[in-house]
Amino acid sequence: MELLAIDLTIVLEKFILIVVVIMASLVIAMYTTYAERKVAAIIQDRLGPNRAGPFGLLQPVADGVKLFMKEEIIPLTSNKFLFILGPSLAMITAMLTSAVIPWGGDIEMFGRKISLEVADVNVGILFVFGVVSLGVYGIMIGGWASNNKFSLIAAVRGASQIISYELAMGLSLIALLMMTGSMSLSTIVKQQMSGGWGGFLGWNFLYQPLGFLIFLICAFAECNRTPFDLPEAENELNFGYHQEYSSMKLGFYLFAEYINMFISSAIMATLFFGGYDIPFVNEAGLAEKIGNNLTTLLGTFALLIKIVFFLFLFMWVRWTIPRFRYDQLMELGWKKLIPLALANMLLTGAVILFLKK
Amino acid sequence: MQALTNRVKVLEQKPMTFMERLYLPAIAKGMIITFSHIFKKKATINYPEEKRPFSPIFRGLHVLNRDEEGRERCTACGLCAVACPAEAITMEAAERKKDEEHLYREEKYAARYEINMLRCIFCGLCEEACPKDAIYLTETFAPANYTRKSFIYGKPDLLIPDPVADPANFAKAQGQIEDRKANVRNTKTA
Repeated sequence: MELLAIDLTIVLEKFILIVVVIMASLVIAMYTTYAERKVAAIIQDRLGPNRAGPFGLLQPVADGVKLFMKEEIIPLTSNKFLFILGPSLAMITAMLTSAVIPWGGDIEMFGRKISLEVADVNVGILFVFGVVSLGVYGIMIGGWASNNKFSLIAAVRGASQIISYELAMGLSLIALLMMTGSMSLSTIVKQQMSGGWGGFLGWNFLYQPLGFLIFLICAFAECNRTPFDLPEAENELNFGYHQEYSSMKLGFYLFAEYINMFISSAIMATLFFGGYDIPFVNEAGLAEKIGNNLTTLLGTFALLIKIVFFLFLFMWVRWTIPRFRYDQLMELGWKKLIPLALANMLLTGAVILFLKK
Repeated sequence: MQALTNRVKVLEQKPMTFMERLYLPAIAKGMIITFSHIFKKKATINYPEEKRPFSPIFRGLHVLNRDEEGRERCTACGLCAVACPAEAITMEAAERKKDEEHLYREEKYAARYEINMLRCIFCGLCEEACPKDAIYLTETFAPANYTRKSFIYGKPDLLIPDPVADPANFAKAQGQIEDRKANVRNTKTA
């Protein structure tokens, strides 16, 4: 009977954490759409949205209400069940990944240590990759169920792109995993925090610059962001796999893209930029001075700053680089990034062997 | 082939060097350029609140002028309608009655005076043709409405405010007309 006794408080604790994380990623994704428009405007010497609320801050709310109010159109010849499943899947897979990201250290409350990670899985990265691969189904099912040849072609285009770049992404990570020796994201963060200069010298991008670059490029491709936004390419091709979608189902697809951006920024910050590590600050020393909880919150804040930087990078690149042609995209993925990732893996292995001797 | 002008630039189509094929330096350069645009002056303005300055003789919607006592200056001579290349102006003349001397400056006046703003091309020829100082173009522009009919402006829409009923706005409108006259004069002499 002891084995079956479940600590109910942990269920409550995790539930609250899940709600907070989901809410936070939704709100951040919402304001990323606003930031995207504002950054685009500023880079193009325009003013950007500034009508709804002060500085246009209510713009994402207005956009959301608009999408909800639009007429729901389901094409007559489409498969209705799959047609609805597509955007739902895209949304669910986008948010699932947030479960294994360590958002901060531990918080001590009511005599308990609460970890700011929904699930500290020991195969965290594998979980992320598994969920990301499921994300392809959102695109595929949506494109196929619309019963429109252009949607289907766009979906195939998107799926082949995501599958191609997932390979290079995985290979670039293997080199990192060889260094860390662990797939748990919280362990990777803790390893980075133990480096010199208050953790800064432990950050993985210092040891894996090439791996980080490949990972970054692949993250752009996985999120369907420019220069790899061929699945939608709104100004060149027809809209893409969500051509037949209207109302909030379309909103889900577009929104899932922004959540994906947020999550992949978080993963990049966690894997390569020390996660919730505050650079040049010794967390353990700080915790003794200002208390554990405050240090944890500061760490979460540091993680958020890193994420915001990556989100800005996503937008900055989007408004700088024109998109690739499809054959260039495939060539970059298969002929350049994969051999490069393999070489990086070999090099890392050799260096690790050399250092151990 | 011989070039027709000396402005021809011959481009060399060399194969790309390794650095160029790497593409990343070019991306970095482009990103620096886009980043520098963050600090540049914005090319757009907050339109309805801010407006760009007009040229001194901008030609917007028309007004019908009054004299100092508030009497309409127009005598329905029809020169503006004749001058109008778009045939946007229609009018009907009428004779002034005994007790209407405070309303109209001369014996003949326009009982109906209409400008179709959809036909008007805002060339300002009516303003030039008018011998009686009666019609002027203003800086008001881009009216919006739901029906075509509402773009036919009649006398109530065109006349500047009455000095008896609204002396402040009358003075303002007259001031604007005086400024415009001065501007037109300056442009002509320049």
